[in-house]
Amino acid sequence: MERHFDEELKELHKEILTMGVLAQEAIYKSIEALKNRNKNQAREVIDRDDKIDALELVVDEHCIDLIARRQPMAGDLRFITTGMKINAELERIADLAVDIAQRVLELVDKPLLKPLVDIPKLSEIAQNMVRDSIDAFVKRDVSLAKKVVLSDEEADNLRNLVQEELINDYMAKDLATAPRAVPLLLIARHLERICDHTTNIAEDVIYMVEGKVVKHHPEELK
Amino acid sequence: MAKVITKDLNLWYSGFHALKSVNSAFEANKITAIIGPSGCGKSTLLRVFNRMNDLIEGVRTTGKVLIDDADIIDSKIDLVTLRKKVGMVFQRPNPFALSIYENIVFGERIHTDRPTCDKLDKIAEESLRSVLLWDELKDKLRKPALGLSLEQKQRLCIARLIAVKPDILLMDEPCSALDPLGTGRIEELMRELKNKYTIIIVTHNMQQAARVSDETGFMLLGELIEFGKTDDIFTKPKDKRTEDYITGRYG
Repeated sequence: MERHFDEELKELHKEILTMGVLAQEAIYKSIEALKNRNKNQAREVIDRDDKIDALELVVDEHCIDLIARRQPMAGDLRFITTGMKINAELERIADLAVDIAQRVLELVDKPLLKPLVDIPKLSEIAQNMVRDSIDAFVKRDVSLAKKVVLSDEEADNLRNLVQEELINDYMAKDLATAPRAVPLLLIARHLERICDHTTNIAEDVIYMVEGKVVKHHPEELK
Repeated sequence: MAKVITKDLNLWYSGFHALKSVNSAFEANKITAIIGPSGCGKSTLLRVFNRMNDLIEGVRTTGKVLIDDADIIDSKIDLVTLRKKVGMVFQRPNPFALSIYENIVFGERIHTDRPTCDKLDKIAEESLRSVLLWDELKDKLRKPALGLSLEQKQRLCIARLIAVKPDILLMDEPCSALDPLGTGRIEELMRELKNKYTIIIVTHNMQQAARVSDETGFMLLGELIEFGKTDDIFTKPKDKRTEDYITGRYG
């Protein structure tokens, strides 16, 4: 039986998807700004964040409104509460893209410390994880969500590699490299944090679809 | 610990199979809600527990219903004792056309030969206190019960049950005639009472079941489809039919 409530849930679904698209765009553009050493692209990411913040509030209000008016149960309740959490994760992801853009602005006027190899790799992992976590939400795909959670280790390892290289090969040898090394180190850190947020989204998707809590229970992923 | 257990319980109203192999366990000192669409058998199941269905012609029951390990389907069971132990509250409060006081002591007068006035007074006070009516009504005990508000009448009916010291309270849509405030107060009372009694409530109001019960059973077409912790039933039901019903997709 089709319910009017289903139309409202579809609307919410669409809004969360829009948040996902905007967050994905923000990361992509912040990394492009880094690769192209382009101030305008970096500023664009920072400026567009207001739009994401505004949409976050709309989605939140929509969820609260649906809970108050519909008093949802079971799958409906899990969808709305998960939607609220995913909304917050996406907003944080977009904030981290802004952080990356700010680091790009710090770096643009200085010569590049080293050719960028691992950071683009890490950014690719982060972007794939964001895309897959949103896809898992849209398609209610638990196996894709699990894949996202399990990808996090690769991101952590790569971040550690970047960090060790920047500290040991550059800053430890010549402290004068710090103004160029620290922003790169922070960018790696921001990307790794983005990956952490995508694993939260993926864990929420698993709860939404199966009612199973895997957060803090990695054994449940098997 | 399970206070009431049904084992392969079947019930027919003449040719109509109203309860189909119901297996369940109702815990002591908990509130268990039975939900389901009209005609699913939830009130029939409730009425099995104090053999109220016996009053309907053509009823046939098979299986077991154990209360404190005694099978109450057994024809030798004493129905007066059973109904003293298992009391029932109905949709519309049904006080007798007597005074408030006489309503409450009615059971004691029936069950005891020449009860003393002191004993009756004590029962009246204790019972009214346990439904939080004593302070409101202590100076009006001789007034007619029919003059009370709907909510007060329903509380009085619960007090009348408590007066005969039952173990189990069956409640069949006890708030359906009440406004939201009255409903809220009866629900609070149920929470108070569950420390002493096993409460089984049939309700159409799913929010009420979610608010007030510890465990919930969902019935459909005479079958008990799912039975479990209320938290689980309303957030992650296992059976799709339960999910469809509680999310309003059943039709």
